[in-house]
Amino acid sequence: MTTVTIATTTAGARPLADTLTMLRRNLLRAVRYPGLTSFTIAIPVILLLLFVFVFGGAFGAGVMPGVAPGADGRAAYLDYITPAILLFAVVGAAQSVAITAAMDATSGIMARFKTMAISSGSVLGGPVLGTVVQGLVAVAVVLGLAVALGYRPHAGGLGWLALAGLLALVTFALSWLCVAMGLSAPSVETASNTPMILTALPFLGSGFVPVETMPAGVRWFAEYQPLTPIIETTRALLAGTPLNTSTTLQALAWSVLIAALGYAWSRALYRRERR
Amino acid sequence: MTSNLAVDVRGLRKSYGDLTVLDGVDLAVEAGTVTALLGPNGAGKTTAVGVLSTLLKADAGTVRVAGHDVVAQPEAVRASIGVTGQMSAVDDLLTGVENLRLMASLHHLGRHDGRERADALLAQFGLTDAARKPVSTWSGGMRRKLDLAMTLVGAPAVVFLDEPTTGLDPRSRRTLWDEVRALVAAGTTILLTTQYLEEADQLADRVAVLDGGRIVAEGTPAELKSTHDAGSLDDVFLRLTEPTPEPSADPTTKEVAR
Repeated sequence: MTTVTIATTTAGARPLADTLTMLRRNLLRAVRYPGLTSFTIAIPVILLLLFVFVFGGAFGAGVMPGVAPGADGRAAYLDYITPAILLFAVVGAAQSVAITAAMDATSGIMARFKTMAISSGSVLGGPVLGTVVQGLVAVAVVLGLAVALGYRPHAGGLGWLALAGLLALVTFALSWLCVAMGLSAPSVETASNTPMILTALPFLGSGFVPVETMPAGVRWFAEYQPLTPIIETTRALLAGTPLNTSTTLQALAWSVLIAALGYAWSRALYRRERR
Repeated sequence: MTSNLAVDVRGLRKSYGDLTVLDGVDLAVEAGTVTALLGPNGAGKTTAVGVLSTLLKADAGTVRVAGHDVVAQPEAVRASIGVTGQMSAVDDLLTGVENLRLMASLHHLGRHDGRERADALLAQFGLTDAARKPVSTWSGGMRRKLDLAMTLVGAPAVVFLDEPTTGLDPRSRRTLWDEVRALVAAGTTILLTTQYLEEADQLADRVAVLDGGRIVAEGTPAELKSTHDAGSLDDVFLRLTEPTPEPSADPTTKEVAR
């Protein structure tokens, strides 16, 4: 008979330690299963190439008065859409956490975590923080590609820091929302359905065309939807131009609000009995 | 508070809408013993384990595990228990050793102790050779063993095993039985559910037969056989439990869950 020595277990949850453990688990999973991460990076990359090389020549001339169609238009359009494409990278990363959450919930591992004396916030907080890391990696890749295509950001040191902070905050907020959407899905296969709505948001704003060119109803939505102030703040940070205080505050307020709602919704679903 | 009962269940009721799953269950498990909760599909075994392991809330009754009330002190209960459910609770994308180290970290064992604990459990369950391969490539029997090994990382005082050997070949089943016996020898209390009569006969100090949400018989395997004038627990089981309509009526069992 083999018996292992009884190790002493420190009773009680330690939220920070548990969250870091769960973060490590999720980053390890991302490395082991690179398909999901690659897919979330591939989408903004394809969009950037499509919008610059197919639509850019004509659209660039449309969004920038005085720019000639063709090569000049492409350069102008690359400049115009890069902030929105970065938001696509953020949205894509957040969507993937819905699948992660649904996988954990439908396998037995989340039930195992629930029967352990660990911080309950860490079980979902780990995947969310892992997604923030993945989102920032995706942003770096997409931004690198944009620079390779001729995009020239003019952010200063503090500007880059602020940009990373803003995009991390937005990923964090959208991830909590997507965790809830993933937990409310009946299966892994349907987990990514609801978060698909988020894909439309960067289009329905100031990211690709000026909102002034839209019809009244769409324009109203585009002006007031959460991603518009976020995209505009991203645009200003990248360009190194002074921030509009009201727009910046709106971007931060939306992020905090979405994070709070997503967290509350996720927590309620996590505590719900799963039949 | 100072009772010798590791599990003390009184008047446990649980229903889902109109469907009554547990209809006044009383169950006592002495510390350091094995009790088998025996019953047909849909009897409510998994639901009972769900309530005992703080996953599900009872509608009525009191449940104490390791001296703690599951409603008032769920964290204390969780710190005392280990659960191996019917659903595979391993991380498929990680390797065996990574799964065990994950558990060690969540039990705050520390880097060195956690690694030792993981290696010891891998050796104990004969999983050392496969330890560095992703669990998704493992056989069902190996995954089940890992599942139990993960449950044991925190050296829980009370272990719940929900149909631990369902779907295993005879050799893997015997390996798990040996592990259960070793655990009990080391002082662990075990409540296991099973639909295999032989398993209950082999392992359990006491058997409780659950049918239609109620305990219809309780005693040592020998007592049950003599009381019901039966040659085997099979006969006891068939006499006491009613044929269940298919599909199973227990909403928490895997077949109907999704």
